[in-house]
Amino acid sequence: MVQHIAWVITLVAMGAVTIGFLWVAAGAGNFAEYPGIVQKAYRIRKVLFIALLAVSGGVSAATLGDLPYAATHGAESGKFQVIDAVGARWQWELSADRAVVGQPVRFRVTATDVTHGFGIYDESMRLLAQTQAMPGYTNVLTYTFRQAGRYRLLCLEYCGVAHHGMMGEFTVVDR
Amino acid sequence: MADHSILVPTQGARRAVGAYLAVFGAVLLLMMVLGLLMRLNQGGLVTLPPELFYQSMTVHGTGMVGVAGIGGAAVLWHFLGRYVRLTTWVFVFNLVTFVIGAAMILSADFIGGFAAAWTFLFPLPANAGGQWEDWAAAVHLGGLLLIGTGFLLFHLDTARAILGRYGSLTRALGWPSLFGSDPQPPPATVVASTMVLIVNILGLVFGASVLVISLINLMVPQFAIDAMIAKNMIYFFGHVFINATIYMAVIAVYELLPEYTGRPWKPNRPFLAAWTLSTVLVMVAYPHHLLMDFGMPRWVLIVGQIVSYISGLPILVVTAFGALMIVFRSGLRWDLGAGLLFVGVFGWAAGVIPAIIDATIIVNSVMHNTLWVPGHFHSYLLLGQVAMLLGFACWLGKASGGTSPSRLFNALAFWLFVGGGIGLTQSFLYSGRSGVPRRFAEYLPEWIGQARIGALSAALVVLGAAMLAGRLLAGLHRPTGAR
Ligand code: HEM
Ligand SMILES: [Cu+2]
Repeated sequence: MVQHIAWVITLVAMGAVTIGFLWVAAGAGNFAEYPGIVQKAYRIRKVLFIALLAVSGGVSAATLGDLPYAATHGAESGKFQVIDAVGARWQWELSADRAVVGQPVRFRVTATDVTHGFGIYDESMRLLAQTQAMPGYTNVLTYTFRQAGRYRLLCLEYCGVAHHGMMGEFTVVDR
Repeated sequence: MADHSILVPTQGARRAVGAYLAVFGAVLLLMMVLGLLMRLNQGGLVTLPPELFYQSMTVHGTGMVGVAGIGGAAVLWHFLGRYVRLTTWVFVFNLVTFVIGAAMILSADFIGGFAAAWTFLFPLPANAGGQWEDWAAAVHLGGLLLIGTGFLLFHLDTARAILGRYGSLTRALGWPSLFGSDPQPPPATVVASTMVLIVNILGLVFGASVLVISLINLMVPQFAIDAMIAKNMIYFFGHVFINATIYMAVIAVYELLPEYTGRPWKPNRPFLAAWTLSTVLVMVAYPHHLLMDFGMPRWVLIVGQIVSYISGLPILVVTAFGALMIVFRSGLRWDLGAGLLFVGVFGWAAGVIPAIIDATIIVNSVMHNTLWVPGHFHSYLLLGQVAMLLGFACWLGKASGGTSPSRLFNALAFWLFVGGGIGLTQSFLYSGRSGVPRRFAEYLPEWIGQARIGALSAALVVLGAAMLAGRLLAGLHRPTGAR
């Protein structure tokens, strides 16, 4: 689960930064000559900087291949279920409220009044995918459901006083 | 190269900085109380009507961004005034427009009911659906425009003054030392101020344009702009402006840590390279706010991810590392000011981590517009930028001879602020991991526990900040004594 991995990495990295700062703060009262420190620190800084560049380059290379924008993925096979989703304060209007497990669903998402956000949640309220719902634009979000059950649609762009109540439902059935 | 003699600020200039800090402290506290109220409401501990929640959210977001700018401007102006001749009335004018604009926004939101969030995303302001009248939208957007105009003049004045002494912006960014062999680069403060004026003037021009368009759209609904173009302009402005507040505040770190430790902060080549690089990168990174806009050209979004990874890094690595290095075994005796400045650098460095992770498109897919986002920006704004500003204010109070309360009081205030800040930001991040949307007035039952931890932490922050700000205002009361 992407969220969990992101959170763990964040905690570990924030923890490392915290330890570094605490360690330096605790030793600040001692004294050593500055030029020696600078020389050593610049070496570490160089390594750190190169490491950060390498990590971010590596992560980009690894993650940019599989983007959620790949709307034409498998279009040839014609095996899509197409569902139109229109957001308007404060509900989601779907052209079908049912989909089949394992077959990609292509949500064509738009809005009529202001910008909304189309977020798909599973029964345990885990966020699975999203796209913005904007007047004048149709964003195509392709998602393949792996499990039958009830899914919820939440609005993920603030749209006014009942934004938090703009929820819809959606059923996925076994083939 | 120009000589580097230090100019002495006039009495009026020092008073003006004091006025900035007084406004900063007062508005900060007020906005924090609204933040606490929102978190209490999300935790089901108080019950606000949803309209009031969203009005508070709009005021809190707008007010905090504005006051971060005001505090940053005070730091920049105070230290830049040591090197170039700034115009005091322009500086004061910016504060006056801010106060008038803030009053307009407060009345538009709490009396007029305007609540389109600090991002006033087109076409929401003119599409209230009965929630507010057009006049409220016009007064709110007009207030923003007024505040933006004040900041624009402020940066134009710093540009004039810097050009007067250094001749060109590239010289003020230290290019003769970066690319040539000039052994005397400009001071760090001049380099940072130059970067900030370049990006913020551009950001403000785009912000003002989209504000004017939204205002006309209010009066003439047929006059509409494409929603996606408006979004690009808004996020370009918002991203640049909020980043610039950090780049202004960090000047206090460059100027004051050397004073505390007796070690110099010399702008060498990597430092100059970092600031020049980030001048460009900070402006190119804004599409990471649009990663869930599938209608954007795909290459823009991919560039958005890659640039976001590297845009913050140069200055951050240079600054965080520089701060650690200058403090390490320096014989420093910690006091409140030094502690807050140091925590400020920490909060910035720590907060950038979840921000960068969120700029990864596949992560953004399940994190965008969840509480993960307030999680990271409260880290680098509350624990980062605001901590730096409070550190600066403490130092200034002490430097102008204010009495210092007991060490115990200081330590208590400090740890309440830091501990509460960590609790608040971690509660947001954890909720983001759990998929809790941001900007929700009412929560599903399973989200409430997390919000309560956030609310408790928020109460600690407010208490700590009130103690710090109270001390600050008491210190400012005695503007005698020179520095
Ligand atoms: C006591 C300290 C603070 C508390 C308790 C607090 C609380 C909150 C809460 C509950 C939200 C709404 C979260 C949601 O989307 O559900 C929020 C949003 C926000 N806060 Fe804070 N905050 C604090 C300090 C700050 C500071 C210091 C800044 C900036 C300098 C800041 C800037 C913002 C911004 C820009 C938003 C976004 C508003 C929007 O979504 O339109 N906050 N804060
Ligand atoms: Cu909505």
